[in-house]
Amino acid sequence: MQRALPQQISDRFNFAAGVIWALRVIVAAIVVWGAVSTLTSGFYSASQWRDLFIFGLAQGGVYALIALGYTMVYGILGFINFAHGEVFMSGMMIGYFVADYLNEAGMWNGNPVLALLIVLVVSMLTSTGVAVLVERIAYRPLRESPRIVPLITSIGASFFIQYAFRGLFGAGVKSYPRMEALQGAITVLGVRILKVHVLVIVAVFIMMGLLYWFVEKTRMGKAIRAVAEDKEIAALMGVDIDRAIVMTFAIGGMMAGAAGLLYALVFNQVFFFSGFLPGIKAFTAAVLGGIGNIVGAMLGGIVLGIVESVGPILILSGLGIPAPHQLKDVVAFTVLVLVLIFRPKGLLGERLAEERD
Amino acid sequence: MAEIAPVPEKAPVIEDVRLKAPEVSLERAAKLGGVAGIVAVFVSANGMVQAFAERDIISGVLSMGYTLLFLVPLIMAYLAAREPPVLEGFEAPEKGPRNVLAGLIVGALTGLIMAIFVLVASAVDMRRVFINISPQLLELLTFGQGMGGLVFLVGGCLLTGAVGGLMQLAEGRWRRALWGALAWTLLIGLLEVIVAQLFRGLGLGFLSPLFYAGTGGLTPLGTAVVFVLAFLYYWSVVPKVDMWQRRYAHMPAERQRSVRLSLTVAAVLLVAILPQVLGPFVSEVLDLVGIFLLMGLGLNIVVGFAGLLDLGYVAFFAVGAYTTAILTSPASPRWSPEMSFWAALPFVILAAALAGIIVGTPVLRMRGDYLAIVTLGFGEIARLLLLSDWLRPVFGGAQGILKIPTLSIGPIVFRTPVDMFYPIVGFCLVAAYISWKLKNSRIGRAWMAMREDEQVAEAMGVDIVEIKLKAFIVGAVIASFGGALFATKIGSVFPHSFSLLVSITVLVLIIVGGLGNIPGVVVGTLALVGLPELLREFQEYRLLAYGVLLILMMLYRPEGLLPSKQWVRELHEEELMQDAWLKMEEDRRRAQAQAAQGDLPARPEEA
Repeated sequence: MQRALPQQISDRFNFAAGVIWALRVIVAAIVVWGAVSTLTSGFYSASQWRDLFIFGLAQGGVYALIALGYTMVYGILGFINFAHGEVFMSGMMIGYFVADYLNEAGMWNGNPVLALLIVLVVSMLTSTGVAVLVERIAYRPLRESPRIVPLITSIGASFFIQYAFRGLFGAGVKSYPRMEALQGAITVLGVRILKVHVLVIVAVFIMMGLLYWFVEKTRMGKAIRAVAEDKEIAALMGVDIDRAIVMTFAIGGMMAGAAGLLYALVFNQVFFFSGFLPGIKAFTAAVLGGIGNIVGAMLGGIVLGIVESVGPILILSGLGIPAPHQLKDVVAFTVLVLVLIFRPKGLLGERLAEERD
Repeated sequence: MAEIAPVPEKAPVIEDVRLKAPEVSLERAAKLGGVAGIVAVFVSANGMVQAFAERDIISGVLSMGYTLLFLVPLIMAYLAAREPPVLEGFEAPEKGPRNVLAGLIVGALTGLIMAIFVLVASAVDMRRVFINISPQLLELLTFGQGMGGLVFLVGGCLLTGAVGGLMQLAEGRWRRALWGALAWTLLIGLLEVIVAQLFRGLGLGFLSPLFYAGTGGLTPLGTAVVFVLAFLYYWSVVPKVDMWQRRYAHMPAERQRSVRLSLTVAAVLLVAILPQVLGPFVSEVLDLVGIFLLMGLGLNIVVGFAGLLDLGYVAFFAVGAYTTAILTSPASPRWSPEMSFWAALPFVILAAALAGIIVGTPVLRMRGDYLAIVTLGFGEIARLLLLSDWLRPVFGGAQGILKIPTLSIGPIVFRTPVDMFYPIVGFCLVAAYISWKLKNSRIGRAWMAMREDEQVAEAMGVDIVEIKLKAFIVGAVIASFGGALFATKIGSVFPHSFSLLVSITVLVLIIVGGLGNIPGVVVGTLALVGLPELLREFQEYRLLAYGVLLILMMLYRPEGLLPSKQWVRELHEEELMQDAWLKMEEDRRRAQAQAAQGDLPARPEEA
């Protein structure tokens, strides 16, 4: 970051700063106006808002789990692992085949807890395997290269994985079998919530708790943090850099694999391109929370999930825009652009090893 | 490469203390053999072998499927049999049976893994998961002979492995000629459409049946002729190119100019008759290649010159196409001024420049990799907005805008794909001229300085804000030309034509061709857009290949196939020094060998 004299800054960024200020005002005005006119119209009931919120929370939890992979890799290697969305998709896809098999064997509905655990383990192992393989083949040889090089490689890896899966498993959309135990809703603290959403929200919090414990309390977690802080010094202190980096990818993969199953339980369907949108949104979540910051990624994911679920209806329908749900992805991308423009350090601030240009 | 010339002069001569060069590692060969086996299984399991089996390269003898399968051990064996790089102070490596052995190991392992794959696949039905592992595939892999066919499969792998190893034994000139001949035979075998059309167009139609069997693929005679011709070309013509270049460099200025003039005239004539000779189908492909080339040239300015990784480039393409559609089409939903293409063009440029500013301004202060994601976001926003019901009254939603009039200049109407080729080439030339001019201008140098190091460039007085915006604007305008041409060529625009895949394709083109380098972009576009368009089987696996290419290019040749000199220097400083050393070493050996034969001791040529 350049820290020149204020005078110089004002000379140089006059135009850009002016535009950004204008943008800020316009965005705030649109959001406030849209929200106020939707709310005053009274078109949506309180329970509808609550359902949207809870759906957003479940969806956001999944984004948060994926975002952890982005943020940890960014923290340790300093580049965007574009292929992480495909890591997520691979777990979801292989999980589908196992779920399909279990369904045929009668276990999917016969013993749902065990079936879910089996699929969870398979999906996590698959994603971990893919993440570690990609690191080994595509990223490790490029650790010293200019940063644009591994970024381009990861774009290549992303497309390779997508179309390899398409070739191997076919292009069709695959539907997870229906799990009877997860149909319907239960009432928690007087609020009616779909069972799937309860499962997802609980699972997400457990996974995040485990991850937090791992990174903060275990030896390996400390090693990872040390490497993120400073590779050379960590190496001097006896940390095995390669191992720490592989572990980072493995943990990111595990979280993505778990997210894969949860996402599949909510949305049911998977095909080879399923990783792209959740991947980009999870990246948005990571940036929103402050990239490199693990707690930030969790928070960012949940905030983004809620904004994406509530936002289009709250803001866009108030502006008189027809079919606001079509613009759900536009809202997510707009959030990304706006965060990067106004607060590139994210909600909780970046935790980066060193200030990078 | 004048800058490396001093190295051989100064390098210390250590004639006596030379370490023995490391031998070809058999362990590495085993590893590569394993990789080759996995790759071979992968291309079989994802359906490529079977899909490609329908097209013959040599009619009735060799299908493209088998070619693909056996190219894997061939190339891997060739790589495994290559000596490890020679370091300073080592002897130049000796070639021998060990190279062939390494090749054989690769072939054997590939065969083994493939055999296991076939055995497992025929024992267990995996079709529910791997949809492409079908009985037809197994029949193909066993050559229709049942399990006895495995002998052919393994034998084929061993044979190609051995050939790959043997290729390493051949001297440099032979090796190049052999690979060149092989590649051209494959290409001519695949491109029956173009070649047969070319014969017809040139009035040599009687040649076609000699070369092509008519059922796809070359005749054996045709194969031999193509192979020999290509071999001779690489054997006798290619080595001279270097000499011609040197001779050209030593010519007086006016001779240089006349040579350049005649080459230009030849190129112009060639381009002018090309679509006429090739006919409408191939011209259609050429038009698309031209449009992608145009975008490649534009993105090359943004990514190659200025180093700003833009993943939403398709947005500018869409701006060009939709602006043209709205202004020229009578079916435009809201306004239909029904302008002509040329009257709309200034507005297209204006809209694109505006879009460039809109995308450029917020990302001015952003780090490189954030920029990639934000531009990606912009690209998707553009597509989703075009698709939405909200803006349907303007852009027509999913139905898009139809009835865009064909392009015309006065009385000349560019109706067919053959006609469209000329305006597209014209725009490409304009774009190439713009990028060539910009590259060697003050702003081009400022871009390069910014690409190297933003802060240093700023300290040197480069106005980062201004030049970043200019890069975005120029790139956007060039892409919008592409969009405008695309719209009038197709006659309609739909949001689905503007997906992220277009951005990725253009990025792959310029990265494979060589960032910052114009001829590189041309070659990249021809190979990566032209080939899959001509061969439908390729189309299916196009993006898979793009992904592999991006990874391999970044790992092994980040500067691209035809790189610009600056990028090579940035990425490979040490290797350049090493190459200089190797070249000196080789020259020394050659000089010694010639001296021993009693020839005049040749002076090592200076590169």
